Amino acid sequence: MAMIEIKNLKKYFEIGKDAKVHAVDNISLDIQEKEIIGLVGESGSGKSTFGRTLCGLWDKTEGEVFYRGEKLPSNYGPKDYKKFSKKIQMIFQDPYSSLNPRMTVKEIIGEGLKLHGKITDKELTEKVAFWLRRVGLEPDHMSRYPHEFSGGQRQRIGIARALIVEPDFVVCDEPISALDVSVQAQVVNLLEEIKNSLGLTLLFIAHDLSMVRYVSDRMAVMYLGSMVELGPTNDVYFRPKHPYTQLLIQSNPEPDPQGERSRASVGIKGEIPSPINIGEGCRFAGRCPHATERCQKETPKWKEVAEKHFAACHLYD
Amino acid sequence: MAKDIVLDVKDLKVEFDTYGGIVKAVRGVDFQVERGKTLGIVGESGCGKSVTMQSIMGLIPMPPGRITSGSAKLDGLELLNVSPEKARSIRGKEIGMIFQDPMSSMNPTMKIGKQIAETLIVHRGYTEEKALNEAKRLLDRTKIPEAHKRASQFPFEFSGGMLQRAIIAMALACKPKLLIADEPTTALDVTIQEQILDLLKELQTEDNMSIIMITHDLGVVARMADQVSVMYAGQVIESGSVDEIFYKSSHPYTIGLRQAMPVNDEHNSTKLIPIEGSPPDLFSPPKACAYYARCPYAMEVCNKQDPAYTMIGETHRAKCWMQDSRAPKNDDLHQAHL
Repeated sequence: MAMIEIKNLKKYFEIGKDAKVHAVDNISLDIQEKEIIGLVGESGSGKSTFGRTLCGLWDKTEGEVFYRGEKLPSNYGPKDYKKFSKKIQMIFQDPYSSLNPRMTVKEIIGEGLKLHGKITDKELTEKVAFWLRRVGLEPDHMSRYPHEFSGGQRQRIGIARALIVEPDFVVCDEPISALDVSVQAQVVNLLEEIKNSLGLTLLFIAHDLSMVRYVSDRMAVMYLGSMVELGPTNDVYFRPKHPYTQLLIQSNPEPDPQGERSRASVGIKGEIPSPINIGEGCRFAGRCPHATERCQKETPKWKEVAEKHFAACHLYD
Repeated sequence: MAKDIVLDVKDLKVEFDTYGGIVKAVRGVDFQVERGKTLGIVGESGCGKSVTMQSIMGLIPMPPGRITSGSAKLDGLELLNVSPEKARSIRGKEIGMIFQDPMSSMNPTMKIGKQIAETLIVHRGYTEEKALNEAKRLLDRTKIPEAHKRASQFPFEFSGGMLQRAIIAMALACKPKLLIADEPTTALDVTIQEQILDLLKELQTEDNMSIIMITHDLGVVARMADQVSVMYAGQVIESGSVDEIFYKSSHPYTIGLRQAMPVNDEHNSTKLIPIEGSPPDLFSPPKACAYYARCPYAMEVCNKQDPAYTMIGETHRAKCWMQDSRAPKNDDLHQAHL
């Protein structure tokens, strides 16, 4: 059984009379135990909303999410947070705004443990010290405030805060995009190492295609609220099926000047359209070089196009 | 043939007075930009790349800032320590700028066309009508669809990618010799990034303009740059042609940056090697090599004496003791980028 089963998840935001933003539209996904799923897509594709809805930070408009067979509520109440946040945690993108500047590191990291059970101050200090060491900081840092740390260090605090309650499943929403290249590798390696030793399952949301390819087992691609492709990471990266994925990966500049000089420009047309009141048809049709009349009218079905490799595109009928 | 140098920066040093003491943000930077070519400047946050650019553009607030030494000549014209009026006449006219966040570089209460026209009215003395027409032509040139209609819209009606195009249009209004692009695509998605980089290249060729491209994305540098300077702790630690920097990386920091980035090769699952530690405190920068504390190849001398530049190729140089003729041969260093 999959650890997380997502069935036809939808999240719409009402923005006025008869206008709805289709942020997440009908996504189904099974996440297996100890797997890292990489989720990529342009800004506005709904990947962060998807992650937040999974954690219960947004109410679900429609659809179901199961955690180890147990259905997660569609609107979280305080008790639900208490129950499920022990198992499902989140690491945020911005290490500056996601830590309360008026709390010490000990209060930030220890808050979850305090909420989840009776714990003496001594035990709390020990646990926080353990996790500070685990993420490569010093126990002495406990009494300091977030502003005394660099971006990379703050991201480690965010990681310690999420992991101290020993969750099963962690949604990492762009955990490295705010960091410098040299620090990105530190954080990615840390996540990988902790994943291996604790057996975590991760949803790794990012727009850095190279980094997602590096960390994930399977890769999912979102476009305008829907999932267009999913498969084993190397298959998706090196043998992409959906025209959008193909263009996205070709646009990714590689640190190889000779290759870049000889690479013709992808010439992808236009920009991601508005997610308000989306109708029938393929969402990528307006920018797709292979689009036909059918793509404008009929929403493509999700199908297996190669072994364990899925895409939603009429090209594969 | 002698190189046609547009911008020549020599021994630039900038410091700032703060409550915590004096921050030595830029500590002796040299670089040159050739006409019609692109110089990529790479380095992590706090390494002094933005301060270097601000000094060239006369945007350093003084006080608390202070340019303590150096020169920066744009076709022979000194840019450092000039009067604010003089700096204003250079900025926008001789040097165009584009920044990372397109939304905050625009006035949100002013129509796009008018903002672009303003540059032309100030620097070129155009009439309002003539300037507005030129603004529309520029928007069209940066491939904004329906430029005429878009010129009378406000910034919030533009997407990030479209706004960055409008800012490029504004930066190019007076046909500057040099365009400084500070992380111009960092806030954009890869497909839009590709469009913007293509546009910059195209405009560069048409106008024979030089570009300084500041970025931390080595992929963008590989695509855009002819020459590259790698900065660390307020200094250029390695510079050379883009091929030299990528294929013959000679400073341990440059090598470290490359090893910290994933290689997209299906049959190569090399682990990322992070650069441990963090950059030095620029309140009291190390007297010797600034990278000593993080360098896997550090020797005793590195902590005692600041290394000089060693020329490795005609334009390729590195500030590292490993490149000194007296240094022991280190196969690791040569293996590192194979």
